[in-house]
Amino acid sequence: MPLSRVAVQKVGKRFGQHRALVGVDVELAAGEVCALLGPNGAGKSTLVGILSTLVRPSSGDVTYVEGDAARRADDRLRREIGLLAHASLCYGELTAVENLVFFAGLYGVAEPQARAHALLDQVGLDGKARERTVRTYSRGMVQRLALARALVADPSLLLLDEPFTGLDRGGALALGQRLGQARADGAIVVVVTHDLEAIAEVTDHVVILRRGQLVHVEKKRGFTYAELRDVYHRHAD
Amino acid sequence: MPIDGLSENLTMPASCPPRAQRRTTMVVGPSFLRTAGAVAAKDLRVELRSREVVYTMTFFAAVIVVVFSFAFVKDQKALIEAVPGVAWAAVVFAGTIGLGRAFDREREGDTMRALLLSPAPRLAVFAGKTVAITALVIAVEAVVLPLCLLFFNVDLGAAVLHLALILALGALGFSVVGTVFAAMLLRVRSRDVLLPVVLYPILVPMIMAGTKATGALLAGATGDAWFWTQFLAAYDAVFVIVSLWTFEALVIE
Amino acid sequence: MKRFLVPLFALATAAGLAGTLYMIFYVTPLEKTLFFNQKIFYWHVPNWFVLFTTVFVCGVASAGYLKNRNPKWDDVARAAGELAVLFGAIGLVTGSIWGKAAWGHWWKWELRLTTSLILWLTMVGYVLVRRFGGAGSERLAAGLAVFGVVNVPLVYFAVKLADALQQESAHPKAQVVSALTSSMKTTFQLSILTFFAFYALLMLVRTSAIRDERRLRDLRERGLDAGILEP
Repeated sequence: MPLSRVAVQKVGKRFGQHRALVGVDVELAAGEVCALLGPNGAGKSTLVGILSTLVRPSSGDVTYVEGDAARRADDRLRREIGLLAHASLCYGELTAVENLVFFAGLYGVAEPQARAHALLDQVGLDGKARERTVRTYSRGMVQRLALARALVADPSLLLLDEPFTGLDRGGALALGQRLGQARADGAIVVVVTHDLEAIAEVTDHVVILRRGQLVHVEKKRGFTYAELRDVYHRHAD
Repeated sequence: MPIDGLSENLTMPASCPPRAQRRTTMVVGPSFLRTAGAVAAKDLRVELRSREVVYTMTFFAAVIVVVFSFAFVKDQKALIEAVPGVAWAAVVFAGTIGLGRAFDREREGDTMRALLLSPAPRLAVFAGKTVAITALVIAVEAVVLPLCLLFFNVDLGAAVLHLALILALGALGFSVVGTVFAAMLLRVRSRDVLLPVVLYPILVPMIMAGTKATGALLAGATGDAWFWTQFLAAYDAVFVIVSLWTFEALVIE
Repeated sequence: MKRFLVPLFALATAAGLAGTLYMIFYVTPLEKTLFFNQKIFYWHVPNWFVLFTTVFVCGVASAGYLKNRNPKWDDVARAAGELAVLFGAIGLVTGSIWGKAAWGHWWKWELRLTTSLILWLTMVGYVLVRRFGGAGSERLAAGLAVFGVVNVPLVYFAVKLADALQQESAHPKAQVVSALTSSMKTTFQLSILTFFAFYALLMLVRTSAIRDERRLRDLRERGLDAGILEP
């Protein structure tokens, strides 16, 4: 069952001496793309880590809602989560297809081979490159593979941390399109990015963090680049 | 641009079947054994492709055997009493190097995170990694053992099979404890220094039993050797249980 | 509670140490085989009781911390771990002195010595991890403590079996504890109580110091977050 809502309540996270997040409240809904913005070190990646269930908040809660019922953060919940992180989350010694087949297996996806090729078609990683080891890839190719990996089990909570890094203009457009599709499919999408231009049109929900604190939330179906830039500079600087 | 259309219009394009339908292509969940097998097979495939860990580990172990046997030479012959200690020290030291490197690989693309993020049972991931490390350590032992027998001029006869069993049990115990600590250390700054610090005290009973068993075999005391073999099996069983019990709590931030 | 307990345990420790010292040197008779050397037993053995207690406390508190992630458990585990290193060092030194007198060797690879040494090394590892592990080392240390406690019986049996197979066993216990007179027993029991009072005192003080340190850090960070404090 796909997730319909994720509620982040008063979430704080500290790493030893360092406080990465302080009392953050965010409400994420299905069919919305949330742009999570903020300067470096604002706690965006930490929040993504917490949403992915891999980082335990030091305080506060995250509630994952499916239909109307809250779900426990167990093995089955993780099937609903797709993550694209700073690192590729893929093995350099394996080929793109081998990586995807391996992860498809871990997610229990039927016909992993076919799924792998379909995903690589979607993200536009073609032909010979698929059978080369990932170590030989350019940054952009790795990013495409990382996106395919995030989508491997068709997640209903898609967490993308700096997905536009290394993508050329065409790749960025295709990704924007893919985000639009995920939104139309009713997925919850969270995008951390500095590329306001690429994300503006599909953004429904802007969340701005600064020094671990929530400084601005705004909901609006689609922004223009100028609007988003304006909102960002008013609150993040 | 299709992006515009999509952001205005929530109806799905014809090429994209509704979510509920696509879901039916998924099976319920990967089983424990399948996941463990997939993780182990993946690790071994990566290793076979570069052979880095196996070559460096084996070389390192061989050097330890040579250096130590040289240290225990008397009348141009190496002392047979030194064999158990030399063999097990070589295996444990080389194993530590291999363990660190095998987990460095999971750090490079932050793939440990990807493994833990998947819905596959975490204990199956742990089991898969343990199996792969065990295989690597056994590969090293397959070189260390003949080398020891050669340099120390030992003829074990059929007892070689028993010794192989003892070494395999040792490899398993090492890998179980090692995998837990190496996985935990992934995010710790000075992991290379701390791995031996945390690992070796816990390995002491295993090393003790392993060297005693090997020594007993060399002395022809088969009864004692079986006794220690059982102890090794018990050690493995205890730490398999403790590791399964604590692994998840230990690796999640 | 703490304001009342700390002086109480401090007084008990001071009185107990003075009392046992007096009894050891003026009341108890000389032992038949080791003579004056046996007197170290009255402090050495209770010290080991405390060591095993504190290691056990550290292991249980660590398991509790891993289970519910309440930092209070971690404070207790850390204090117990540090004290294990302290009492372990005292035990190893007093043990060596006794060993030299009883066996003529400073060290022997014998059951209790080996077990204690491995245990002590584990706890030194625990403290090293806490000191140099950086952020996230609490979990690692807790794991080490849990594994270390499970390891104790394994080490014990391994050494015991090794000794049994070679037919040697001779910790001073065999010659000493069996032949205690009543004044020796009283002194020994008083000493045990004293050492546990001492342990309780150190535990209380150290745990609360660690807890205060943690709270102070929290408060400071909250102050920084709220902009009340200058960094």
